[in-house]
Amino acid sequence: MLAVSLPAILSHWRRHPIQLAMLLLGLCLATALWSAVQAINGEARASYARAAAVLAQDSLTQIVHADGDLIDQTVFARLRTSGWLVTPVVNGELRLGGTRYRLIGVDPVSLPPEARMIGLPEPGNGFTAFISPPWQFLAHPETATRVTGLTGSPIVASSSLMPGTLVTDIGHAQKLLGLEGSISRLIEWKEQPAGRKPLAQVAPGLVERAPGTSSDISRLTDSFHLNLTAFGFLSFAVGLFIVHAAVGLAFEQRRITFRTMRALGLPAIHLIGALMIEALLLSVVAGLAGVALGYGVAAVLLPDVAATLKGLYGAEVPGGLTVRPAVWAAGLAIAAGGTLFSTSGYLVRTWQQPLMNAARPLAWIEAHVRSIRYQAVAGISMLVVAAAMAWLATGLAAGFIMIGLLFLGAAFALPLALSSALKLGTRLARAPLTQWFWADARQQLPGLSLALMALLLALATNIGVGTMVSSFRQTFVGWLDQRLASELYVTARTEAEAQRIAAFLKDRADAVLPIWHVEGTAAGQPVEIYGVADQRTYRDNWPIIEAVPGVWDEVAAGRGLLVNEQLWRRRRLALGQSLLLPRGLSLPVAGVYSDYGNPIGQVIISNDQLTDHFPEVQRLRYGVRIAPALADGLADALRDRFGLPRENVVSQASIKAFSLGVFDRTFTVTAALNILTLGVATIAMFANLLTLANMRLPSVAPVWAMGVRLKTLAWLDLTRGLMLAVLTMVAAIPLGIALSWALLAIVNVEAFGWRLPLHLFPWDWLRLAIMAVTAALAAAALPSWSLAHTPPARLTKVFAHER
Amino acid sequence: MSVRVLVFYFLMVLPAIAQGFAGLGGPAEGFAKPSRATVLQFPQDHGVHRPFRVEWWYLTANLQGDDGEDYGVQWTLFRVALSPDQAPGWEDPQVWMGHAAVTSKSRHLAAERFARSAVGQAGVELAPFRAWIDNWHMTGEKNPSADQLSRLAIGASGEGFSYDLTATAHGPIVLQGDAGYSVKSLDGHASHYYSQPFYAVAGAIVLEGRRIAVTGQAWLDREWSSQPLTEDQAGWDWFSLHFDDGEKLMVYRFRDHAGDYLSGTWISANGKPQPLAPDELALTPLETADVAGRRIPVRWRLQLPARRLDIETRPLNPQAWMDLSVPYWEGPIRFEGTKGGVGYLEMTGYK
Repeated sequence: MLAVSLPAILSHWRRHPIQLAMLLLGLCLATALWSAVQAINGEARASYARAAAVLAQDSLTQIVHADGDLIDQTVFARLRTSGWLVTPVVNGELRLGGTRYRLIGVDPVSLPPEARMIGLPEPGNGFTAFISPPWQFLAHPETATRVTGLTGSPIVASSSLMPGTLVTDIGHAQKLLGLEGSISRLIEWKEQPAGRKPLAQVAPGLVERAPGTSSDISRLTDSFHLNLTAFGFLSFAVGLFIVHAAVGLAFEQRRITFRTMRALGLPAIHLIGALMIEALLLSVVAGLAGVALGYGVAAVLLPDVAATLKGLYGAEVPGGLTVRPAVWAAGLAIAAGGTLFSTSGYLVRTWQQPLMNAARPLAWIEAHVRSIRYQAVAGISMLVVAAAMAWLATGLAAGFIMIGLLFLGAAFALPLALSSALKLGTRLARAPLTQWFWADARQQLPGLSLALMALLLALATNIGVGTMVSSFRQTFVGWLDQRLASELYVTARTEAEAQRIAAFLKDRADAVLPIWHVEGTAAGQPVEIYGVADQRTYRDNWPIIEAVPGVWDEVAAGRGLLVNEQLWRRRRLALGQSLLLPRGLSLPVAGVYSDYGNPIGQVIISNDQLTDHFPEVQRLRYGVRIAPALADGLADALRDRFGLPRENVVSQASIKAFSLGVFDRTFTVTAALNILTLGVATIAMFANLLTLANMRLPSVAPVWAMGVRLKTLAWLDLTRGLMLAVLTMVAAIPLGIALSWALLAIVNVEAFGWRLPLHLFPWDWLRLAIMAVTAALAAAALPSWSLAHTPPARLTKVFAHER
Repeated sequence: MSVRVLVFYFLMVLPAIAQGFAGLGGPAEGFAKPSRATVLQFPQDHGVHRPFRVEWWYLTANLQGDDGEDYGVQWTLFRVALSPDQAPGWEDPQVWMGHAAVTSKSRHLAAERFARSAVGQAGVELAPFRAWIDNWHMTGEKNPSADQLSRLAIGASGEGFSYDLTATAHGPIVLQGDAGYSVKSLDGHASHYYSQPFYAVAGAIVLEGRRIAVTGQAWLDREWSSQPLTEDQAGWDWFSLHFDDGEKLMVYRFRDHAGDYLSGTWISANGKPQPLAPDELALTPLETADVAGRRIPVRWRLQLPARRLDIETRPLNPQAWMDLSVPYWEGPIRFEGTKGGVGYLEMTGYK
């Protein structure tokens, strides 16, 4: 039976290739964007997992100082001789050729087997070479290429390491980091001998840290991936609008076929079965194409995502894409699920359709009219809840739920809003034709409402995300001006060179400001601790958000410290509250400054305190104040005199350009996804209009019969499309602003730790409106054109077939 | 007991950790060479001999438990220098390896540890004597009445076992070979080698959760060299025997492709050593056992006609396999014949 019924059903598509193309395109696009996001997220997660798995931190317990301090390395031997199986690790930041690398020092002899998976020691090379001068560095092949020649030690490539990480012998690492005799942490072996003494007794002040908790990166980047996923889901939902429209049309047009088949004796269950098989066939074809396309999109976007993750969170994600079976499976599943979901309503109606009932082309639209009110009530309630949440709720999840409610509520309320606007239009219209125009638009609204909702969401996302990015950029540019006050930034290669450079600059520059820092833990978070010289530059320029009176005097006198906004918000610090830094240094918070683009907490103390408490601090970087006109000359003089590489003497302008470049690259992904979503919405509208065009001949024919030319009617159709797009755009503006507010005031604060002021950019809206109108024109052009070219015979048939 | 050098020899071909010991078989550039002229001095020679490439402190004990059963215990600390240079901290090119084992009739449990000397994870100190790696230790008394090794506390633990023993020497230190200069092959490879075979032992072992009080006797070997092996040596069989009448015997056989090299020392009950010439000894395998997929001769006949000695040995546990980075057979034995007693047997190089 299936052998007969399936070809009969499928033959429809042969006669309607555009419909088929639309259906496949919708499904394909929906799957593609979803898969692209999954592929990107999968890649990023895999690299976080790899980062966490370096030294098996994800599976082995660690021992750290309760205060986040460094640990004296004799503790290692003490633990060992007390029966603890542990290995020491020292880590820090190493600057090579102007780039910062994460340096990890390990002792290969005491390393637990699980932690050896970093390519250590290479068979045949031997760890003799690893633990003896001139030592070796292990590095990801990408990183290995970059650092080759920059150190006196051979570089061994190991693809199990993350880019940007260097692994070397612990003694070598201590030397490079100026941490001789100290270690950062200890890693426990999985199997510990029985009867060892308690940790508190052997090494007071040290605490055990459960495996995995150190992987801050994946927690930090969660919000970013949630963002991407939300985008992917939005695109998928918009794609389903297309599918829904195309499937709806196909069902309506085949009602007569179905009725004939049933009348010939095909049981309903077989018909439904055949239709489901059809849906699955289509979804497999479109799903496969969609996932393939998704990989293409992901491959294009991944480098920018990687840049974003590095820029915002310091997370290293390699630029290459791995094909993951899970992504393929998920893509196909979601395509099939989406198709069945879009089809289910029609399947139910086909199942319930009385055998001898007449096919009524507009019946399904009429049903929608009734639901508009219910939808609107639901939508408005959602908006109310969203507003309440904006007032009361905190937290990242609440922020996203709020945004979800806002979007869904607005989408549900849209048909009623448009309908009201059109009602107003009808009331204001004088001429009969204009009255018909408005009334006809209202009548079409139910059929178009899904596509318009899609358009609304796409436009609002564009406005919201665009506003957020532009606000961020404006703030960022202003902040760069404050933060990068020095005209030149010089990095010496050794401390001796640094001293010579400082001496050289003494008489040539207005001021030489040390930019030195150490890493440590404060308030349970990893922080960078910088020292500042007491100098006007800071008093005049530093981007302070909130501070006690005379904050710089407090800092200079060693009576206070500054924290960055991230640390301040995350730890809910208050001015005057004491913050405990490593080595027992405890100072009250005297001020808070903005510190965009920095994933981790930062603390500023006076430079004297820094060098007193952390004598090992690397004294290599300086900011140089000089009249801007003289900066380039001094930079050249520095390079000539000390033979410094270009990247070691950097001007303020080039750092700014670089930072803005990073910033812009960071949001390329957002822009790309924006455009893609808008594209999908356009196609959805096109599919809807195409569906309607065929069905609404009965409402056009009487107007034509009364003497209105087809061309005029076609123009009216086009105008209606534009009008609806413009109305949707108008509705999208407040929604977009609400979205950007939620992003800036809730999501950003949770995700990045900083709150940005909201700036409005009406010119961007105008540009977007033009895009929306163009999209609507493109979508309405073909249906209008085909209306203008409808043979009169078809129009007269409407009356012949009048029921 | 130069046979133990092979342990390091094997380390060379191991992947992973053993890579560090690569090149041990090569020429000993920069390292000191053992010399017949050297006169051993105590207690200094109980300590570390940095100019030499390899060295070990090797103790084996034959014990009887309060349950009436026989047990064996091994405690070993190896030192290997990656280069003859001295450097402070982590750059110190000394790597340490510890082996510990407990053997009963039915169980043989072994463990190993690795360390660098940089920060005190392992090492050997004098006055008082202390050899350690992690919490495994062999510790002398603070103010010893006699030699620093005359009374030792020994402890180690691994998965499923631990032990704490006290060893008290009731005889002198014995110099092996020619006054402590021990030749290992016909082409003149040699080491410095002395022993303390006269320990009476008391203490306890814990074997799979069961605590057993033990007493018995132990044998300590000290040996150091730089180039202990010729390239074609395939393995060895080494015996340390405690006779019931208080005499001791050390015998080893180097097997190489050209033929065997047998040597040993007869030690009288009052500690007087007499080196044995290769042709005085005969060593014959009697029975092999399937151990870790290899055929290993676990019963032996040992003949020394000059002393009217003709004995047959049998292992306490034929499966005394040290399944470590360097695998080898080492376990307690008993023997009967013209004389009775207990001892330890080590065998390496069987495939």
